[in-house]
Amino acid sequence: MVTLIAKRFGFMVFTMIVVSLILFILLETDLTGDPAIRVLGQFSNEEQRELWREKHGYNQPMLLRYVKWLGNFATGDLGESIRFKGPVADVMLPRLWNTAILGFWTFAIMIPLSLTLGVLSGMKEGSKLDRSISVFGILTTSVPEFASAVIFSALFVFTLKWLPGTSSMSGGFEFKQLILPALVLIVYDFGYVARMTRASMAEVMTSQYIRTAILKGLPYKSVIVKHALRNALIAPFTVIMLQINWLLSGVIVVEFFFAYKGFGALILEASLNNDIALLEACAMVAVCVAVTTQTLADIGYTFLNPRIRFS
Amino acid sequence: MNTDQEPILVCKDLCISYYTRAGEIPAVVDFSLTVLPGETIGIVGESGCGKSTVAMAIMQHMGANGGIKSGSITFKGRDLTQLSDDELRNIRGSEVAMIYQEPFASLNPSLKISTQLMEVPLAHEDISTEEARKRALQMLGDVKLPDPERIMEAYPHQLSGGQQQRVVIAMGLLSNPSLLLLDEPTTALDVTVEAGIVKLVADISKKYGTSQIYISHNLGLILETCDRVFVMYSGEVVEEGTINSLFTWPRHPYTHGLFACIPLPTADKHAAPLKPIRGQLPLPFERPQGCYYHPRCDHFKEGLCDVDHFKMEHVVDSAPDHRVRCLRYKEIDIRLQTGEGEKKEALELGERVLNVDKMKKYYEVRDNSLKALISGKRIRYVKANEELNFTAHEGETVAIVGESGCGKSTFAKVLMGLEKGTEGEVRHLGKDISDIAVRDRSPKEIASLQMVFQNPFDTLNPSHSIGGQISRVIKKFGVESDKAKIFNRVMKLLDIVKLPRDFYFRKPRQLSGGQKQRIGIARAFAGNPSMVIADEPVSALDVSVAAAVTELLMDIQREHKTTLLFISHDLSVVRYLSDRIVVMYLGHILERGTTEQIFAPPYQPYTEALLSAVPIADPEVTKREIVLEGNLPSAMKPPKGCPFCTRCHRRIGEICDNEPPPEQVVTDRHVIKCHISLEELKQVEHVIHVPDEAERLHARQSQ
Ligand SMILES: Nc1ncnc2c1ncn2[C@@H]1O[C@H](COP(=O)(O)OP(=O)(O)OP(=O)(O)O)[C@@H](O)[C@H]1O
Ligand code: SF4
Ligand code: SF4
Ligand SMILES: [Mg+2]
Repeated sequence: MVTLIAKRFGFMVFTMIVVSLILFILLETDLTGDPAIRVLGQFSNEEQRELWREKHGYNQPMLLRYVKWLGNFATGDLGESIRFKGPVADVMLPRLWNTAILGFWTFAIMIPLSLTLGVLSGMKEGSKLDRSISVFGILTTSVPEFASAVIFSALFVFTLKWLPGTSSMSGGFEFKQLILPALVLIVYDFGYVARMTRASMAEVMTSQYIRTAILKGLPYKSVIVKHALRNALIAPFTVIMLQINWLLSGVIVVEFFFAYKGFGALILEASLNNDIALLEACAMVAVCVAVTTQTLADIGYTFLNPRIRFS
Repeated sequence: MNTDQEPILVCKDLCISYYTRAGEIPAVVDFSLTVLPGETIGIVGESGCGKSTVAMAIMQHMGANGGIKSGSITFKGRDLTQLSDDELRNIRGSEVAMIYQEPFASLNPSLKISTQLMEVPLAHEDISTEEARKRALQMLGDVKLPDPERIMEAYPHQLSGGQQQRVVIAMGLLSNPSLLLLDEPTTALDVTVEAGIVKLVADISKKYGTSQIYISHNLGLILETCDRVFVMYSGEVVEEGTINSLFTWPRHPYTHGLFACIPLPTADKHAAPLKPIRGQLPLPFERPQGCYYHPRCDHFKEGLCDVDHFKMEHVVDSAPDHRVRCLRYKEIDIRLQTGEGEKKEALELGERVLNVDKMKKYYEVRDNSLKALISGKRIRYVKANEELNFTAHEGETVAIVGESGCGKSTFAKVLMGLEKGTEGEVRHLGKDISDIAVRDRSPKEIASLQMVFQNPFDTLNPSHSIGGQISRVIKKFGVESDKAKIFNRVMKLLDIVKLPRDFYFRKPRQLSGGQKQRIGIARAFAGNPSMVIADEPVSALDVSVAAAVTELLMDIQREHKTTLLFISHDLSVVRYLSDRIVVMYLGHILERGTTEQIFAPPYQPYTEALLSAVPIADPEVTKREIVLEGNLPSAMKPPKGCPFCTRCHRRIGEICDNEPPPEQVVTDRHVIKCHISLEELKQVEHVIHVPDEAERLHARQSQ
């Protein structure tokens, strides 16, 4: 177990370094175009560009620049955002926080809901409940986020007038504004996780050890809770961990639609405006989260699965 | 057992069906059975005849699509079919318990053994956790598991197959049930482990007075465990009776057919060839008119057997509970026919084809644990084959026997060039092939050394026709190149393996298991091989199919003078068909010699135990009982001295643990590896005692 964690951790660091190297080569060298042009624009003249290069240390040897760049990153100096005219950290952190809030509420509702329904429908495969949950799950997952965003807005904002149509939180945090984006995300992701859980549960329910448990004369509740759930939840656990990535950077559409100031929207803005420092920082954060959740998923999987844990 | 006791269980006129999209499948029609207190009942029959269905019906666990159509199952006076879920729950696990075929699959992989054991009494009785724990510990001791405390804290995957099955048995016994159902409890286990479990099961019924229903396809096992036996065919009982009456004089042609399919360790291929039952078990919805067995019966009489379906009747002049379902049983005396099949000539031995000299095969494994990282011993070796020495001649059948993990298949892989030998030589037709991989062998070399695999299902390409697959092999081996000639060759091969010629156009999924195995054999013989390795070729097949495939393999071998290397764990089959036997244990050859030499003293102690573990379906044959304790050691950490020292019943002391035993030559080509002197080993009695004709007659008359 310790070896496993150490190994996964080592792998994590390695991945991050590789990604940083790729980022550096793509954005900070001449390989994909002169960074000075990228920052100063097509119509800058050579003199301006040279001044800029000198000022930002672009004339130093490549390797030295990379090490410096990495060192700055590691110590929290993420550079200046051109677009927002300020330190990148100051721009990014509140955005991350917003995304975390949105993600938290989405998860807090979506996970219990989809696990419960998934387990219920997997318990009695082919039952009415199972079929209705499956159909509902497929339906919600197959409607893209922007479509459901439009539909929900039409319903709750324009017809019923219960909720505000934008979630920019310009007057401070307001829970009401969070509801619609969260709802769209929940509806979209629910079907996926629920169907995953259902498949896993259904498989467990047909396994021989469940038959053993039933034929031991255990109460049905204990067959489900003690014998089935733990094995059935291994697969969904991994899936859920991977959903965190999606919530971080995969929900640009929803954030954009509701003008929610989240991390996804920030990436969009940064790339539209050639804000290289900001883009680099966002990319590094996204990769960091991706690798971390993957690691947690692996470790959790091992932990839930004694067969791997003790071999 | 006495007959005036109240029966524990009575099944009366049971009809059980499965309901599928394609319609109703009447899996069991008209099944009746009574079980008395303390009695062990056996149910035998081919795969698909409805044995498990009956067991599941008794447990009242038929799945979503199964149901009892008519009849009753009365357990201690209560009709199980009428009980509510709660009442059933109270009976399951406490009054009736079940043991399953695959112990690993039936234990929950993510719960500790202690949890899985303790919950049984906790669910059924009003006792404390400590009490339940104490009971579980006690029971683990009772099923002869060493170190119960450690087992309690283990997860299922940390135990061996035999240990897992003992745990499942302990689980079944924890609430002291009055009826135990065992559905093929040893099929997934090794022979010596099986022998231990069988003995345990017998002890249990004595100690606790538990009645048992023992389901198996192995008549030998039924003989060893049961008091009465029910032979099932196509969803109904065709013969029932006490072990004694049924085994000494089976009256139903099907029962007799089953006996003729299994090799007895007392018979060999030249004297009494196996006689497979022709045809197949009919599907439940395609049962023929009249007697269900009539299309396969040698005593079928038109106008009598194919008219009406009929009931079981009592066998005149036999024990009162011997009953049979056959209209002509009185006219046919099956006993007269035993051992009468055509005799087959033994083959002259030819030149030496295979010479294995000090062959070793070590697998490297990387140890990734922290401990190994620190100590620097990252690479360890699994010693799969340790100094193998033996030879095989043209036309000879050499069997390699041993339990799972002893290195049989590794050796086959080295021969086939799928793995490279670590040291030593394997000379085939004079050429060392131990380190030539398959792709470096010429088509001719590949063709002359072929293999038949255990699992016919995995080795055929599902999307190509049978004919196409065999043609490809013929082309690849360069036997023929002309299209018409290839086609003729395929036809001839199909004839050889006794399949209809129009199988040329079939796809693998349209074949049964036995037919697929025949195709596997046809493919192996496509290039006139000088040697064929058969790795457990029949162990995945049903008895009568296995008999047919075994016979076929031997006929072809005889005809082509092929050397056959037969890998198996089943000593009866091995005894039956091989000329020479190599006994392996943990990568070592412990004994090798001719079949007669292996089956007679002096025995290497492991051979002795192995022989004792073979179930024999002949009540007149007696065996000396040797039950091995303990498990097979891991191949990563083999004992320093004799590989068998951890389980040996004849261990003589420290020397066995510390020094590898010497090879002792008894006679030419009969070699025993053991520290005990040959003189002493020669004193040992025969393990299997077969009465001669005079003794048999005597026994019958005094009955
Ligand atoms: N769930 C099911 N649905 C439909 N048919 C089934 C089902 N289970 C079993 N059958 C059919 O019922 C018949 C009896 O099956 P059963 O499993 O009782 O045989 P068995 O004697 O236990 O065989 P084996 O020796 O292979 O275990 C077979 O024809 C089988 O195909
Ligand atoms: S009734 Fe006829 S067909 Fe059936 S087993 Fe008896 S002899 Fe054979
Ligand atoms: S050497 Fe010792 S342990 Fe090995 S088989 Fe002989 S007596 Fe048994
Ligand atoms: Mg079965």
